[in-house]
This record gives sequence, structure tokens and C-alpha cells, in this order.
Amino acid sequence: MSIATPFHPRTSVLCTSLFWKEWAGHHAVRSYDTHHEPEYFAIRHAAALIDVSPLFKYDVSGPDAAAFLSRVMVRDIRKLKIGRVTYLCWCDDHGKVLDDGTVSRFAEQDFRVTSAEPALAWLSRQAGRFRVTIEDVSERIATLSLQGPRSRDILRDATDADLDALKFFGVTAATLRGIDVRLSRTGYTGDLGYEIWIHRDHALPVWDALMEVGEAHRITPVGLDAMDVSRIEAGFILNGVDYFSAHRCVVESRKSTPYEIGLGWTVNLEREPFVGQEALRLEKARGSRWAKVGLVIDWDEHEALFAKVGLPPQVPSAAWRTAVPVYDTGGRQVGQATSGAWSPTLKQNLALATVEAAYAAPGTALRMEVTVEFQRHRVTAVVTETPFFNPERKRA
Amino acid sequence: MAAAAGTPAKSTYDVIVVGGGHNGLTCAAYLAKAGRKVLVLERRHVVGGAAVSEELHPGFTFSVCSYIVSLFRPQIIRELELARHGLEIIPLESTFTPFPDGRSLARWADPERTRREIAAFSPKDADVYPEFGLTMSRLAHFAKHIIDRPPPDPTSFAPSDLLQLGAIGSLLRGTDRDLRFLNTKLMTMSAADFLDLWFESEHLKTPMSASGIIGTFLGVRSPGTAYVLLHHYMGEIDGAYRAWGFAKGGTGAVSEALASSAIAHGAEVVTEAPVQALRLTDGRTTGVVLENGTEIGAKVVVSSLDPHRTFFGLVGERNLDPAFVSQLRKFKLRGSSGKVNLAVDRVPEFTARPGDGMHIRGDISISPDFEYMERAYDDAKYGAFSRRPYMNIVIPTLTDPSVAPPGKHIVSIFVQYAPYHITEGPERWPEQRDAFGDAVLDTLEAYCPGLKSSILFKQVLTPWDLEKDFGLTEGNIFHGELSLEQLLFLRPTAGWSRYRTPIDRLWACGSGTHPGGGVMGAPGELAAKTLLRSGDA
Repeated sequence: MSIATPFHPRTSVLCTSLFWKEWAGHHAVRSYDTHHEPEYFAIRHAAALIDVSPLFKYDVSGPDAAAFLSRVMVRDIRKLKIGRVTYLCWCDDHGKVLDDGTVSRFAEQDFRVTSAEPALAWLSRQAGRFRVTIEDVSERIATLSLQGPRSRDILRDATDADLDALKFFGVTAATLRGIDVRLSRTGYTGDLGYEIWIHRDHALPVWDALMEVGEAHRITPVGLDAMDVSRIEAGFILNGVDYFSAHRCVVESRKSTPYEIGLGWTVNLEREPFVGQEALRLEKARGSRWAKVGLVIDWDEHEALFAKVGLPPQVPSAAWRTAVPVYDTGGRQVGQATSGAWSPTLKQNLALATVEAAYAAPGTALRMEVTVEFQRHRVTAVVTETPFFNPERKRA
Repeated sequence: MAAAAGTPAKSTYDVIVVGGGHNGLTCAAYLAKAGRKVLVLERRHVVGGAAVSEELHPGFTFSVCSYIVSLFRPQIIRELELARHGLEIIPLESTFTPFPDGRSLARWADPERTRREIAAFSPKDADVYPEFGLTMSRLAHFAKHIIDRPPPDPTSFAPSDLLQLGAIGSLLRGTDRDLRFLNTKLMTMSAADFLDLWFESEHLKTPMSASGIIGTFLGVRSPGTAYVLLHHYMGEIDGAYRAWGFAKGGTGAVSEALASSAIAHGAEVVTEAPVQALRLTDGRTTGVVLENGTEIGAKVVVSSLDPHRTFFGLVGERNLDPAFVSQLRKFKLRGSSGKVNLAVDRVPEFTARPGDGMHIRGDISISPDFEYMERAYDDAKYGAFSRRPYMNIVIPTLTDPSVAPPGKHIVSIFVQYAPYHITEGPERWPEQRDAFGDAVLDTLEAYCPGLKSSILFKQVLTPWDLEKDFGLTEGNIFHGELSLEQLLFLRPTAGWSRYRTPIDRLWACGSGTHPGGGVMGAPGELAAKTLLRSGDA
């Protein structure tokens, strides 16, 4: 059974829809209202306050912390500067991805790892002779994601942080109404945004302060359904949906390498040995079997299928995550679309897909399965670079 | 990328678009995308025409005229990549109607919530409402075929016209008899009468009927107003409400994104460049003459101005066939609305439903009952503005805080009726402007006590101002009334509905062409696509 996050006393009162889901063993709001769209627009136009406490968090410290993380992560963490965050993934010995997440460097010897799945055992197993301590702070640290064009204005009013100095993927300590917090310039929406890391004892006062200060900036509590649409627009993959952790795969064919899920750019191959390096080196040389791509589904064809049965075109109101087959133009299945959403901003029907590497070039026309009035059809879906939506403010 | 002020860079272009409103810019962007050398000439210092955002008061950016993006064609957003050029549209979530007796009705995107709201007035209507919505959506489905294509000419035997008429015919054949009858009723009845066929509660019917009269010089009981109701059900792609929304940064953001897309495709957009006249050589368009005397050549000129300004202004009556002139004179512009824009220091609070909740994030309709609406129309019929007008209000800052300082708000009030032709004569409007503004605010204060004392800045736009400042002849926001006899193959005049004009190489792309006004972009898009197929440019 799921448990409550530290923000539950607030979120449970606000969630009048009673739409909840399970996220990493916690109750998480899908949408506060019965209709998630206003929440999506809060992310894109004002400010969204999202409880992301269920994320797994591990504090890694000690004289060898940087060397240790460099050994387990695909990135060379020794190069990560203090006050910076990096996005990456980590693999098993065969170069198959276990999870993706972030590593933040708070100090020379202090780091924090976030992950979608539990990682304590695996990290500890790799620790060996490295002089590090690994502490699971998942329960202790509550996390809020404050996303949207007004997020900076709110934090400027609510905290003492030098926000102009806090660049994209920066992290800093700050105080918020006398409470020690950490702010990182990160998020999962592809918009301007921050994540706020708080000791759980102070969770509610921080929530209250942000809601109070945020009112003038139209802050809105936002659930996971809205965030799911924004993450598809941003082209962000999701563990368990767009790929599967090697730890959870029964069959080899389900596993993926970083190159196959669009995270090849996070791999620093040429350096001291790290977990999975040999396998990744081989794959890099040999080429990958699969590639993660963005797809834009042809609207006119989609609409025509509906018109044929006398219906106006329909799109699911929320993001979907039931994989559907993707074919080449000759009708051979070359992969699957793993999640997708109608983008209210782009007015485009979007999907993220895993396809054979030969079909990954932007502009490649593929065919994706859609079901209209109980009948299966195929419509053109064009490989498109992600992020689909990439506003300047994201990095500003 | 921004528009430049002053003089164009070159002396000849493939196409000159006169007027940098949203349709002119849409047209220009499509033409530039197709490789044409395009110049857009805008009279004012900003692009946008009536789809414009201006900082009228420090920190407050107003959607001065058009305040809602209605039915903006989603294919334009896709094809011109407007999101990449900064356009983001936030849908309206609800329609809220406060009543003088302290009750109120909000209609939401959430059908169950709407059902409960309506049931408080009539449990039967609550059941009928979704049925009505379904039927209207079925009718709208085929109206959409009409707005996304140039209108067919029913008198023509050209294969393309016959094909298109055939396609519409077969769509109709695919519907059942009842629906076809209903369609006929919709096309001919008044909004109020049509709604009477379905519903019993006037609390529900009145705000619904109001959408049938916006921008027309007609009342809710005037025949022909029913079909406009359909517009509310055409947003099928994004669901019932979602095609109507605010552009982030104000309605001008639509124009700015279009200009940016046009410029990225190679078009040149020049502001503060008023066009004096069309340059005609042997009856054929060869360019334009600016007010400063500069002549610029072009193979084709596309006017996004309204039909009066295009033909009586740019072309000149002496260059036109008298029969055409007399048709044009009968084209009804007769503006009927005004606008009051407010900057306020707090969220307006409605007595009927206090708080700054979701109910006031959509549009707010001041339309208590049919009698109120008809009396408002009566004032206008006899040459005066309504003492107690119909109002459609939005508070965009509740969803888009970027347009005002934190905690401050913008209230945008569309007001009907404010007839252009007042008894004293339209040129006397400036003397009545304050009284008009007071009538609006006095009416609203009754629903929203304290509103007046929260005002930091006020702008009152009369039809006279709309004509003078925004080039809308007689202050008509749609470049000509959207009444049946001025639509489709009759817009703007019979025989000239396909964006061509009687003047060789002069085309039209404004709201005065099919399918008409609103921030829809369709006239600009269809004009460009038709022009590209024609071989003229």
C-alpha cells in the first residue's frame, strides 16, 4: 500500500478530484481538478507547484565520492563543478541502462543522486574500497518542483538566493522564510523551473510560503497528468515507460543501452574504467540496434480516418503510455511508439518511439498504428528532433 | 525578429500585402514560405491590426481590441510553426454568468460540473445540454469543411466548384433527415428561438444566445443569429472550449508570431508605412503608392483591409465597375460594439460568486435574460448605445500573469451595443465616450461592487475609435457583419468570394473575405493558398 508524502496534508485537501496514482510507493496526485488542462497551462504560462517527493534520493559523500560516482555513472563526475547538476544514466556491466537521473555536486565531497527506482543496494554494491558513505535520504528529503515562466519571480520573492547566478542546471543552498533549502534549476517539464529540496519536517511551511508568495504570480498546484504532457513536449523519456531498467527485464531484448534511448550524449567513454564501459565501447564502434526518436503524427491523415466514419478527429485528452507498433512504409514493423500526447501548444500529435536505428534520421516517414472506431489503421508519423517544444526561457 | 519601421528595402516585390493585421501576416507568411518575395506594409507602429497587444499603462499589456483567439486554425500553427515563433494559446475554461438576483451559472469543460450547475436552474435542461452539444458538434463537423476551404460558387459549372459542392452534398447525405431539417432551422432562426426548441431555463439560454449576436447589428430574437451558435462547437480538435483562448502576452502575440514566421521565411514587414493607393497601369495592379509618395512595384497586391477601405480607399471608386460599387455599398459594416479596458489593483469580485476561483478564468457574460438583451438592442436600433449593455468580460491575468505586474489585473470588457451610427452622427462619438464608459462601469459595478474603486487605468473604445485608430470601417470588428447574406460565396460580394477582386492582380485576404472575422487566420491562409494555385504570383 502506498504512503503519504510530507505534503499530503496540503495536497489531499486541494485534490478535489480524488484522482490519485501510485508513484514509487507514494500517493501522488494525477490532477487536482477533474480536468488537467488548466494545470498544464499553469506549467507553460504561470507557475506550477508539483510534489515530486517520491523521487529516490541518495547522498553520496566522502573523499572518494567523485571517483566513485565516475565509476558507476556513464559521465565523468570528477568534472562536475561544485554547484552544478548533471543529467545522466547508469548501466549494468553489459552496458544496459538501469536508470536515469541527476547527480548534483554540493561540495567537493558531497553529492546527491536522484533516481526513478531504488538504487541503494546497487550503489552500495559498487562502493567496494571507495571511501564513500551512501545515505538513502529519499524519505527525509521532501521535494517540490516549481515550474513555469513565473517560477523565478516567486523564488525571488520567497528566498534569499541569488537567482541570477543560478544558471540552468545549477544548484545552491538558500533560506526560505528562515528554513534551509536547496534550489536546483532543474525540472521535468522543459520550461523555466526549479526543484526545491527540503527536510521533511519543514515541508509544509515551505509549501505554504510558496503558495502565499506565488499567488500574485498565479501559482497552481499541479499533478502528474499535466507534467506528463509537458515532458512529452520536452522529449524527456520515462523509465518504465519509454525504456525498462535492466534490473526489471525478464528478457534481454527489453533492455536498452544509453545509445538506444537517446542518452548517448551523456556517456563519457574515454576515461578510467566505469561500469558498462567495455560493452558501451563495443556498441559505439559497432552501432546500435535501436534509437529513441520523436514522432509527429500526420494530422490530415489522422483527421481523414475519423472523417471516413463520420466523426470529428479525436485525440486522447491525457498523455498515453501503451506502446503501439510502428512500421516502415513497406509495412514491416520497425519499432514501437512508447508514449505520446496531443500538444496543446504545438497543436501536434506527438509520440516518443523506439525504432530500428536505420529509421532514426529526422524527416523519415514511418507509419504508426492508431485505432479509430474499433478499427486499426496506420498513419504517417514523421521522425522529428526533440525537444518538440523548446522555449528560450527553459535555459534563460 | 522584428518588423522594421519606415521604408522598404527594395523597390519591387512579388507580392505586397497591405495591412499587417493577423490575416495579412498569415497570408504573407504562407506566400514567403512558398518562396515569393513578400512585403507587408503596416500603417501603425505595431503589427497586428485589431489583434494587437499594447502597453497602455506601465506594466500592463492590453489586448486592445480582439481579446479572445477564436477558432484560430490549428493547421496555421503547425504549418507556420507558430509555437516556435512564440505563440502559446491558453484555452478558456468556462463561461460564467452572474445574475442580478444573486444566482449564477458557470459552464465548464467538466461535463458533470456543468450538469450540476444547470440542474440548479432546470434539471431537464441539465439532461438536454449534452444532447444539444452532441447535435451541434455534428452540425459543426460539416461547417468546418466550409471554413477550411474557399467557398464553392453554386452558380458555377466549373469542375472544382461542382466537386466541392458535391462533397458538401455527400456530407449532408451522410447525415440523417432530422439533422438536415435542424440545419435548415439553424440557418434561418434566431438564436433565442432556436434555443427555445431545446431548453426551458432562460438563465441558461440567454448567455448561450449572446454568442449569436457578437459583432452583428442584430438582437437575440433576430432571425439568422442561430447559426453563429455553431461557432462555439467548432473547436472539435481541442474539445468544446479549447479552441477559444488567450494568447500568452495578449492577442498581439498571435500577430507577432506570424510576423516572426513571415520574416523567418524571407518576408519583409515594414511598419509606419501607410499606403495611399494602389498603383494601376491600364487597369492592372502594378504596385502601391505610400502616403509619403514612394512607389513600390509588385506582381500582385493583396489587401487585408476591409472591403470598403480596399475598394473605396486603395482602388478608388472611379476605377470600379458601377455595378460592383453598388453591391459594395450594400455590404453591411455598421459596427455595433465597443470595448472598455481596465487595469485594476485586485481581482474583481462578483457578489453572485465571490473569490478568484476557476469560474472567472474563462469568459464572463453579462446577459441576465432575453428581455435585457432585447432592450439593449432597442437602444441601438434607435441610435443610442445601450444603457444596460450586454458584456463579455475576460480577466486574462488570472491565467497569463505576464501581462500585468504581480497581483494586478486586466479586465477586458467587450460591450454591445454601441452603434457606429448614433443619432447625433458617428463623429459625435468622442463627446459620448465618457458617458458610454460610465454606462458600462455602472452596469458592472452592480455585479462587482468595488470594481470602480480598484481601477488604475481605463481605456474606452467606441466604434468611432475603432474606425479611426484601427482602420475598421464603421467600427465593425469583423470587416463586415457575419450575417448569412454576407457569408460564403456572398462574402464580400457575389462573384468575388474567392479572394480575387474585380481589379486584375489585386487580391483580398482580410476578414471581409470568406470565412470572415475573428482571430481565425483562415481568410489569410486560404487567400495565400488560392493565390499560389492561381498562377498570379
